[in-house]
Amino acid sequence: MRVVLAEDLFLLRDGLVRLLEAYDFEIAAAVESGPELARAFAESEPDVAIVDVRLPPSHTDEGLQCALAARRAKPGLPVLVLSQHVEQLYARELLADGNGGIGYLLKDRVFDAEQFVDAVRRVAAGGTAMDPQVISQLLSRRSQDRPMAMLTPRELEVMELMAQGRSNAAIASQMVITERAVAKHTSNIFGKLSLPPSDDDNRRVLAVLAYLDRG
Amino acid sequence: MSANKGRVRGAVLAAGRAIVVSVACLAGSITLFVCVVLSLVLVPLGVGLLTTPYVLELVRRHANRRRLLAVTWSDVRIPVPYRSLPKDAPTGFSGQARRTALMLKDPATWRDIQWLLIDMTAGYVVATLAAGLLIYPLEGFVLAAGLWRVFTDNRYWYGFVPVDSQATGLAAAALGAALFATGVLLSERLLRLHFVIARTMLAPTQEEELVRRIDRLTETRHEAVDTAASELRRIERDLHDGAQARLVAMGMSLGTVEALIEKDPAQAKKLLAMARESSAEALSELRDLVRGIHPPVLAERGLADAVRALALRLPFESEVAAELDGRMDAAVESAAYFAVSETLTNAAKHSGADRVRVDIRHEDSTLRVCVTDNGRGGATVGGGSGLSGIERRLGTFDGIMAVSSPAGGPTMVTMEIPCELS
Repeated sequence: MRVVLAEDLFLLRDGLVRLLEAYDFEIAAAVESGPELARAFAESEPDVAIVDVRLPPSHTDEGLQCALAARRAKPGLPVLVLSQHVEQLYARELLADGNGGIGYLLKDRVFDAEQFVDAVRRVAAGGTAMDPQVISQLLSRRSQDRPMAMLTPRELEVMELMAQGRSNAAIASQMVITERAVAKHTSNIFGKLSLPPSDDDNRRVLAVLAYLDRG
Repeated sequence: MSANKGRVRGAVLAAGRAIVVSVACLAGSITLFVCVVLSLVLVPLGVGLLTTPYVLELVRRHANRRRLLAVTWSDVRIPVPYRSLPKDAPTGFSGQARRTALMLKDPATWRDIQWLLIDMTAGYVVATLAAGLLIYPLEGFVLAAGLWRVFTDNRYWYGFVPVDSQATGLAAAALGAALFATGVLLSERLLRLHFVIARTMLAPTQEEELVRRIDRLTETRHEAVDTAASELRRIERDLHDGAQARLVAMGMSLGTVEALIEKDPAQAKKLLAMARESSAEALSELRDLVRGIHPPVLAERGLADAVRALALRLPFESEVAAELDGRMDAAVESAAYFAVSETLTNAAKHSGADRVRVDIRHEDSTLRVCVTDNGRGGATVGGGSGLSGIERRLGTFDGIMAVSSPAGGPTMVTMEIPCELS
């Protein structure tokens, strides 16, 4: 799997390259600035891009803008955005096109190599990987919601993991329940929130995120 | 037609206001001038020392009322020039004497007294003219309507028209109509002229403006330095108790791991997990600290999006409308952000609101931010409400804040900071 990596701090870039290579990813390009990233997007046709929000030379949200532009040019291009801080505002912009293949994680998540690599693979396959912090912010904002209040604590937990982009199997193993139980919880959630049911994992995640972000 | 009607209504309103002003000229200014003179004459006898501050205070209130009328009726702005008196002056005779001395040393006091003289003469004449041009014509009309009959034997002068018959009565009415037309044209301007005359004496001189500016700068600089120092202290404490301590714990865990790794791998693994936890906690504490120093979204996107991101974290519904065609100075941006953030926190804590709206716009070289909530109102500046802290912070940038918060709500906090966009 070909990866384009944009991160301005040498130590972190180097560490990420080593980590990804250890898990058999092919590094198509590892760059440190916005213009270089734009070139890498155009030239190396990656399967997935891992992009830091803040990049030189402007040290504003150059990486994020670059990633959004690349996805506008090629809808659904898998991009995993990394940042020192997560903002619902940015998450909303990343999810706005409704295409999936998007990830938004705190840099801290790199600590857990297994989970991080899992997130990269999920995004590359067109899935989603939202940072737990984004999801808990969304959930706390909607906590007074009437339909949300009808969810049982167990269903809330499933919903939180689902919104992060986890598959049913992953949710089942994390919550130590069977996959069938997860499926049951999911259909209950969709029923209570009156969301259209779907068998496709990615569509389901996007529907839940859109629901949480509404209003 | 309706334009004419509007003009007449405006002129009549101005005439009514001019009557109020001219009464104030005669009754207020003359009385106060006499009192001031008396009080000053009595200073050598000692009695004046007691009365002068009261009398001068009344003069100031009289002048301030005129300043208020000037801005509300004719949009003539007259800044207040008085030096502030020390609040902790001793009471009793010596305190009163000191107040007298301080007030008499203030040049604005002497300009006030000069203004009293001008107000009772030129000011009065102009104000009376503004009213008279609309009132005097009424007499002309009444004369033409029949009152002339009273004066058939004894001729009556209406202006320069001798009235003793219907014909001369009509001439008087014609003169009245001409005067009325002039009044419609002029009375608003005359009222304004009255206030402009007042401004020449009541507004601070350039020197006074400079002195006031220096006072203000000194005060806000002290506050800015204090705020900066206490911020640094807070950051130091947070780092010391937070991230620094976590890193120490992490280092210790790693050291123990080094010693244990061969003897007791299971224990070493447990310690490694702890070290990782410590580093995650240190990172999260540093992140919170950074948000308090300079929020990342502010650096990356500027004020509008930083406030949007902030609003998304609020526990209630929010709407942010922003019109900014550029970025402002980083310091101003940060001050404005924290002012908004503090206002929103205040609203969340005290107002009981469930909706809040933030308007951000830049016009006339001024950043205007307006925060409105639908809470219970009754917010005041001062009394440790958090709003006075915002006012102090904005003061460093010559910014100002106004709070409108009637009991029962809504609360509207408006902030203005002069700045340019780039």
